[in-house]
Amino acid sequence: MIPLSNYLVLGAVLFCLSVAGIFINRKNVIVLLMCIELMLLAVNTNFIAFSHFLGDLTGQVFVFFILTVAAAESAIGLAILVVVFRNRRTINVVDLNSMKG
Amino acid sequence: MEQFIFWAFAAMLVFSACMVITVRNPVHAVLFLVVAFVASSGLWLLLEAEFLAIALVLVYVGAVMVLFLFVVMMLDVNIARLREGFIRYLPVGAAFAVATIVAMGLVVGSANFGLERYAAPARKAADYNNTAELGALLYTKFLYPFEIAGLVLLVAIIAAIALTMRGTRQVKNPKPERQVEVRREERVRIVKMPPERRT
Repeated sequence: MIPLSNYLVLGAVLFCLSVAGIFINRKNVIVLLMCIELMLLAVNTNFIAFSHFLGDLTGQVFVFFILTVAAAESAIGLAILVVVFRNRRTINVVDLNSMKG
Repeated sequence: MEQFIFWAFAAMLVFSACMVITVRNPVHAVLFLVVAFVASSGLWLLLEAEFLAIALVLVYVGAVMVLFLFVVMMLDVNIARLREGFIRYLPVGAAFAVATIVAMGLVVGSANFGLERYAAPARKAADYNNTAELGALLYTKFLYPFEIAGLVLLVAIIAAIALTMRGTRQVKNPKPERQVEVRREERVRIVKMPPERRT
């Protein structure tokens, strides 16, 4: 029997890895988006683990909605990325500073 | 057996997550992200969330990750410039990750969420249908949120198309009905000019 804490620790490790990925890949917007996907995956794993251990399907419904919103988010994010690349020829975060105050 | 499956998928997940954030080529990062999704889908199967595990592979790996791959391959980016500062921020990121993992591990570790606090529930019977249960919940109690999720997807479609469309398309086909009724005067112009002296 696998305890709930194993799943929770696994989710925490995944979440921290993706936060570290945002730290070390702070120039590349594509990798930043992928790190956000990894974070959502960690959160979803937590939701499903609690849903299983508490015997409540609501957690899985939440995961369903998170998947929907994440798909929409990545579609719009990638569309913005394509438009930015078309206009500026770069996706480096450092170069995208034309709105700096 | 269950332990072995859990640890195998967990190791695969953590390894591929490490590779996603450290690998040099973004295409490889996307492929490792696919591996991470497949591994966590296996974990979700272990947690008896069959519908979501299948949906993760079909929708996420099949659609969203392919979209990522498409965009990564379409943009020819200069990887070397994007990798600047990788070494510089690596210690900060690693220190932050380790500190946060330790802090979170103290909270969600086996002292608070171990088997003695949360006993593992009995396995469902073989005729238990996760999809039907989830659907029954989704179409009754969560009907309005479900409709809103559909609306969110519609907004995403419209926004993605509106962002990436380059105005109306310029069609430059010849018109055959104009071509057959063309007359000689519209095409040929006779120019009278004095002869030039060759130098």
